[in-house]
Amino acid sequence: MNGVHDMGGMQGMGAIDVDPNELSFHEDWERQMFGMFLAVFAGGHYNIDEFRHAIERMGATNYLTTSYYEHWMNGMQTVLLEKGILTEEEISARMAELGKGAS
Amino acid sequence: MASHKHTAEMSDTVLRVKALESLLAEKDLIDASALNELIDTYENRIGPRNGAQVVARAWTDSEYKKRLLEDGTGAILELGFSGVQGEDMVVIENTPTVHNMVVCTLCSCYPWPVLGLPPVWYKSAPYRSRAVIDPRGVLKEFGVELDAGVEIRVWDSTAETRYMVLPMRPAGTEGLSEDELVDLVHRDAMIGTAIVMAP
Repeated sequence: MNGVHDMGGMQGMGAIDVDPNELSFHEDWERQMFGMFLAVFAGGHYNIDEFRHAIERMGATNYLTTSYYEHWMNGMQTVLLEKGILTEEEISARMAELGKGAS
Repeated sequence: MASHKHTAEMSDTVLRVKALESLLAEKDLIDASALNELIDTYENRIGPRNGAQVVARAWTDSEYKKRLLEDGTGAILELGFSGVQGEDMVVIENTPTVHNMVVCTLCSCYPWPVLGLPPVWYKSAPYRSRAVIDPRGVLKEFGVELDAGVEIRVWDSTAETRYMVLPMRPAGTEGLSEDELVDLVHRDAMIGTAIVMAP
């Protein structure tokens, strides 16, 4: 399987944004996503290769237009759904509940 | 600041992350204190100062340097650094004729135990795509210009292998202690996008 993630040698990606003082996490959700991914990994529920493969199947447009930790969210969610650990319905339902609580 | 559409997407992402965390906690796949511990470890405790200690040791102890270049994982472990994303370490040495750079073209593989979490630019499409076809141009964007005669070797991290560059010790540092040398070595020099400067 190949995909747009195989970027070595691709042209047209633009200039590198070198920010020497950038933070590890730009938003709190990124921090939470990082911790969550590692915690579930530490529990042995998936390995890194499965996770990478899920990210690589995100689809080219989705992959190129989302951020790094959105890739992680996509990848982890895909793996958990495929393993039957979570369902789409549960996630949507919980999002709706949490969304109602906000603002 | 963001457009309405952007705001809506970000809210979806935030909601989804919160939903995932909430469900996983309910199902006992994660617990809040373990999560915070992991975040704290990688945000605040593990970082490039680890790698700088490895470099300073290699600069001051030639037998250590030999071991480091032969068995990166083992020599790095001697200083107490090991773990996730550093299980298979290879250390590559810069010389006056060879400059090394590290990239992960497929994702963001990076030697966490010695350098902490990778910078955003390392994980970005521009760096991942161009480091392997235009390393000299990439170095220029980092303010590094090498003589035309210097060979640049770019190492593409694989599923398991993690690379760390052993930068050259700058001239004029002969009188510095190992601790003082540690202070000179910054993250980018161990990725290969910077040179170590004398103070």
